[in-house]
Amino acid sequence: MTTEAKVRVHHLTRVEGHGNIEVDVKNGKVTKCQWQVPEAPRFFEAMVRGRHYTEVARVTSRICGICSIGHTLASLKATEASLGIKVTEQTDLLRRLLKHAENFDSHVLHVYFLAAPDLVGAPSVLPLVKTHGDVVTCALRLKRLGHEWGSLIGGRTTHPTTAVPGGFSSLPTAKELQALKDRLLSAVPDLEATVKTVAALAPKIPAFSRPTEYIALHDKVEYGLYDGVISSCMPDGTKSTWPVSDYRKVTNEYVVPQSTAKYTKNKLDCYAAGALARFNNNFEQLHPEARKVAQALGMKPVCGNPYLNTAAQAVEVVHSVHESLRLIGELLKKGLRDEAPVKPARFGRGAAGVEVPRGILFHEYEYDKDGMCLMGNCIIPTNQNHGNIQKDFEKLVPELVKAGKGEKEMELALEMLVRAYDPCISCSTHYLDVKFTR
Amino acid sequence: MPKAKAAFFDFACCEGCQIEMTNFGDAAFLELLNHIEIVEFREAISEKTTEPIDVAFIEGSFTREADRARLEDIRRRAKIVIAYGQCATTAGINALKNHQKDYKECVYGKDAGMPHLDSAQALPISAAIKVDYNAYGCPVNKYEVLQIVSHLLHGKEPVIPNHPVCVECKRRETVCRYHEGDHCLGQVARAGCGAPCPAAGIPCEACRGFVDHPNEAALKKVLKEKAGFSERRADGKTLMWTANQRGTSTPKHDAKTPALTAPQGGKQ
Repeated sequence: MTTEAKVRVHHLTRVEGHGNIEVDVKNGKVTKCQWQVPEAPRFFEAMVRGRHYTEVARVTSRICGICSIGHTLASLKATEASLGIKVTEQTDLLRRLLKHAENFDSHVLHVYFLAAPDLVGAPSVLPLVKTHGDVVTCALRLKRLGHEWGSLIGGRTTHPTTAVPGGFSSLPTAKELQALKDRLLSAVPDLEATVKTVAALAPKIPAFSRPTEYIALHDKVEYGLYDGVISSCMPDGTKSTWPVSDYRKVTNEYVVPQSTAKYTKNKLDCYAAGALARFNNNFEQLHPEARKVAQALGMKPVCGNPYLNTAAQAVEVVHSVHESLRLIGELLKKGLRDEAPVKPARFGRGAAGVEVPRGILFHEYEYDKDGMCLMGNCIIPTNQNHGNIQKDFEKLVPELVKAGKGEKEMELALEMLVRAYDPCISCSTHYLDVKFTR
Repeated sequence: MPKAKAAFFDFACCEGCQIEMTNFGDAAFLELLNHIEIVEFREAISEKTTEPIDVAFIEGSFTREADRARLEDIRRRAKIVIAYGQCATTAGINALKNHQKDYKECVYGKDAGMPHLDSAQALPISAAIKVDYNAYGCPVNKYEVLQIVSHLLHGKEPVIPNHPVCVECKRRETVCRYHEGDHCLGQVARAGCGAPCPAAGIPCEACRGFVDHPNEAALKKVLKEKAGFSERRADGKTLMWTANQRGTSTPKHDAKTPALTAPQGGKQ
């Protein structure tokens, strides 16, 4: 039993954006336990007003530098839903391929650079250049692959250029797609090495679990990333679905004093989004190679350990490569055609959902008769996780106190928990601090 | 020769520019580490420093007075300050809210009055401290950053482009967007990106801001006459990444606007 503890982590490192953790333990009692999000708010929903429909995705892409492909796609799909645009099958396939590139790219960054150092007791990836040189070069190679893969389809990975309302402004050539296919195939040994690295570190992942509602997209045609309906998986495995247009009924946003990001809840006090939420909702649709990885890591749905979100990301990395090989095969078989972007059929209101690396993302817009934006609403996955992180803290801290953990161990356990969610706080607005007062 | 100590800092932004720094691939990244020592980079490493640094890279906009002290501390410790990315150099897309009065109510509704949700004008880093070099772009061109670093390591003065994007389109023989019946801001947009957007079939949005002394009136005229824009759309178009570069007045934080009161999360 820990009697006194005070944890103050100011600007938590190795997460996207800024957040704080404050925990106080006095006489063996937890007197304070809080996840705070004081990121500087940026007001994107106000900034899209008065933008032409061709500019809106350019603006909202800038919500997040890591998931800018996902924001672009969610924005384009919502704009297309508002404008009665139905994209071609080729556009749909290319966008799915682009979405896989982002998930792969972001997960590689998180697994290797942000999460792994904790498990080997290093402050960052930099000292590992000397001690684990092979692992670091493998990580940098995979990161570069994700970047080139996304750039080929989207023009670039940070704020893609070629994805526009109604389609693409330019296309990769068949030769370039074939070259990408070859690169993905040649990355298989690096993927195997990644799984080995994660499996070797897995025993160091804390054993913690809390019954949680998991929300993710569910798509009939594939493991939901680019499209689908909203799906909820309860702790007992019960599932229910809603159309994306009902997203406000599921997310129920509200404002709390310790955060500039809004919080959300559905059936319980809070819910989780992200790789683990997708894994729990759509496990059966994972590529067989990815399911093998899950088995090797000892994971099966419904998994209620938030620390294993990082392991679920490793499963998805493998899934994305194999699924993309299939998508490229399909595109090459059909042959690439020059297609002008589909034009608007009407101007109105529409919503869309996309899975970004950190979870389910919603965009909604309304346009006037000149195609100028009247309103926008964006609900970001990290917002949907803030409440869940808070509830995890409230269960975890008393467990750590009971186990007699010291301040340093407590701090690390809490930091690792937040990192496992791979939060994107600039997205949700931006910040994090662990604080313990004595 | 000891390695130059470099540190990366971020303010209000999407952090996409720092993500670009992870996209060099293994060869270039590991080579860079042979020349600079990264002593602080919150998103990537847990190491932190209070020591003097040779080069400070600052990303993001100055949006609240509460951040001024942190910026001044960085300036005191750093020999060279580089603002990188558009949020840091001109306040970029963040400045889109600067010409709106109701942005808080629009996003937070009835909760807009809560003190922790306050936010002032979005300004460039140079509004708070002296900046030695600007690396423009949304996102920044990672090779341009590498070039600036390389110049500084060799004791050379980095060249920051101040010619319009049109020059780069001509150089790569891209057909003008106006000839395709589209519009473009390349005439007055700052180059240095290599003009990838018109080459990919989309207009330049001036994500690196304007060149010095842009002819805004002519831009608006061209947008209306050549691209058929309405007055309203031609006005709005030039705001996307250039809201702080319009007209002659430099925006400042209004002294009456309260700063964000609890940025460090210490207060309830």
